[in-house]
Amino acid sequence: MNKTWIIAQREFLSRVQKKTFLLSTIGLPLLIFGFYALIGYFAASSDSEGVTIGVADKNQLLGEELQKDNDSKDIKFIFQPNASEKELIVQVEEKKIDGYIFIPETMDINNHQGLRVNMGKGVGLLTSSKVQNSVESILEQKKLLSLNISKAQLDSAKKSASIEITSLDGKDNKNITSGIAYGIGFVSGFLIYIILFIYGSMVMRGVMEEKTNRIAEVIVSSVKPFQLMMGKIIGIGAVGLVQFLIWVLLVTMVQATLPAMFPEIGGSMQAMEAGDVPPPDMNSMQQVFSQLSNFNFPLIIGCFIFYFLGGYLLYSALFAAVGSAVNEDPQDAQSLMLPITLPIVFGIVIMMRAVNEPNSSLAVFGSLFPLTSPIVMMSRIPYGLDVVPLWQLIVSMLLLILTFILFTWFAGKIYRTAILMYGKKITWKELLKWGLKKA
Amino acid sequence: MQTILELKNLKKHYDTQKAVDDISFSINEGSIFGLLGPNGAGKTTLLRMITGIFYPDSGNIILDGSPFNPVEDVAKIGYMPEERGLYKKMKIGEQALYLAQLKGLSKHDAMQKVKHWFSRLEMESWWNKKVEDLSKGMSQKLQFVTTVLHEPRLIILDEPFSGLDPVNANLIKDEIYNLSKRGCTIIFSTHRMEQVEEICDHIVLVNLGKKILDGTVYDVKQQFKEHKFHIALEEAIQLAGHPAFEVLEAKDKEWTLKINEGYKGNDILRHFIDQQASIVSYQEILPSLNDIFIQLVEGTHATARAFQSTNA
Repeated sequence: MNKTWIIAQREFLSRVQKKTFLLSTIGLPLLIFGFYALIGYFAASSDSEGVTIGVADKNQLLGEELQKDNDSKDIKFIFQPNASEKELIVQVEEKKIDGYIFIPETMDINNHQGLRVNMGKGVGLLTSSKVQNSVESILEQKKLLSLNISKAQLDSAKKSASIEITSLDGKDNKNITSGIAYGIGFVSGFLIYIILFIYGSMVMRGVMEEKTNRIAEVIVSSVKPFQLMMGKIIGIGAVGLVQFLIWVLLVTMVQATLPAMFPEIGGSMQAMEAGDVPPPDMNSMQQVFSQLSNFNFPLIIGCFIFYFLGGYLLYSALFAAVGSAVNEDPQDAQSLMLPITLPIVFGIVIMMRAVNEPNSSLAVFGSLFPLTSPIVMMSRIPYGLDVVPLWQLIVSMLLLILTFILFTWFAGKIYRTAILMYGKKITWKELLKWGLKKA
Repeated sequence: MQTILELKNLKKHYDTQKAVDDISFSINEGSIFGLLGPNGAGKTTLLRMITGIFYPDSGNIILDGSPFNPVEDVAKIGYMPEERGLYKKMKIGEQALYLAQLKGLSKHDAMQKVKHWFSRLEMESWWNKKVEDLSKGMSQKLQFVTTVLHEPRLIILDEPFSGLDPVNANLIKDEIYNLSKRGCTIIFSTHRMEQVEEICDHIVLVNLGKKILDGTVYDVKQQFKEHKFHIALEEAIQLAGHPAFEVLEAKDKEWTLKINEGYKGNDILRHFIDQQASIVSYQEILPSLNDIFIQLVEGTHATARAFQSTNA
């Protein structure tokens, strides 16, 4: 066991000390956030110099309310009641104004024909939709007023119409909760899927490298092949865990500092998310946050780490076996990998269904079957122990551990034979034979 | 002399062939042992069984008086395989340390040993380089150091001189002699017969998975000698026929002769002395190991077998 530890240490350090590790661990999330920050920055800054919009409104249909509605100083309306549309177009071309709203004389509240809202090339999407929104809402209000309905009446009518869906125990808002559960489940299932692939193939490449470098024979004369394989798997698993923790740390840090660094981005991003939907209802945001506290995070995080490790150990042993069977030609790896990648892909397909219907029989099967359970179970866990019975969780975990032991033993035997086999193209039939052969 | 390694009826079969088919021999402690054989004879399989990489199908390996235990006895053995392998991207010093630790040395001991060997072979400046920066000969030297670093009692070297220039080959050769003097036993697997003749005390020749020759270099040569002598005189003489020998080859002042059954080397010498010839040199021609090797191995292939039977 001591030698396995020495090997794991080398595998870990040799990867962590590489420049590419730093680059991918710290650089990648920064790059992604930098990219988002850039988008946010441009979205916010494109209009920051202020937009001037000409308004030709002879009948005072929109009137001063237009300026009142946009109390921000970004958009400035110039009222030119007598201008014709042609004159406005000329002004846009001469860049005196950035866009115009033209309301023909013939238009009244019930007939919107001829109304034109036109924006020049320099106007951002955000500003255009703001102008459009305010024109529409003013017209709506005026129309309601003409029908003798006041804004207050309308608001109260809307309010009584919205129905809150509550769960049986009555304490939480089921709708929001299941939405969040869906999000957490989907993200964690998907993460496990990615982890299996990234670190599994990292193990495979490591084994292939040792075989083609011919160092395997030197090492195997000092340690048992099984120790070499397990050392590699543990070492790379530790790299994965560390990388993952750094990512989590970075994401929380960047998320915390980003709005502080660019306050205007935070605002504009919120607005972008809101889009055409009515301005974000602070009430529902607060509801989401209050719902979060109802989630059993220790359970979710604990399960994530368990399924991350279990799934990784299970699949990396298989990836190691495949790596040991490959000769110089990486093409061979492709065909040998297929039987391993299939169940992973199968897992993600079931996960897509399971996250919507966490109690369907397919989801239950997928979360118990050890080859798919790391992915599928993680998509069900966020729904809580009400949805996933404890016995299912325990059976799933036990099956995963048993299969991991069985597969590692099986892969170890393949590895031992294949790692010193050169020149011959090896098929799965032979691998199975070696794996099932008695020691 | 004490036996350090004894192989008894070792067998290892692969799916299609008998790689090692009932081989037994023993090696004395402190000797330099040559394991010879053509490509595919089963040498590597044999060595892998001795190093514990493969388990024999049947038979016993006895190391140091007790049955070989692949896990415990790792520290007693140093193995340099024919296909050299090192981590290309790893720094040389760290690599040597790592391999020594895998042999069971503590980090501290490993560091001392690595430093000792690096200064001995003038490799200190390599410490922070990577293997991919080394020439083939240099990495060979490094591989040798990592093999003997933990002071194993049994050192197995598969073609240790391939790729080395004469200066470095001599350096390694001297180290091999040194290790042997200090009591290490060395198993030396190669095709290069002149090296075997120079270095080895004892040889075993395997072919097609079987042992076909076993003995000291001297004994083997005696066994395969063809009773040929070479004689050189100061001046040419007229050589008459004699029952003691036949002339195989004659130059003007030199002859290669073959002694006939029932006669000895002295009988030839006496004949020349009786003829008042002044002799410059007289020596027995022993077959080289190379000749013996070719003679033994060539006939074993199916195509050559018929050829051999008509000549034998």
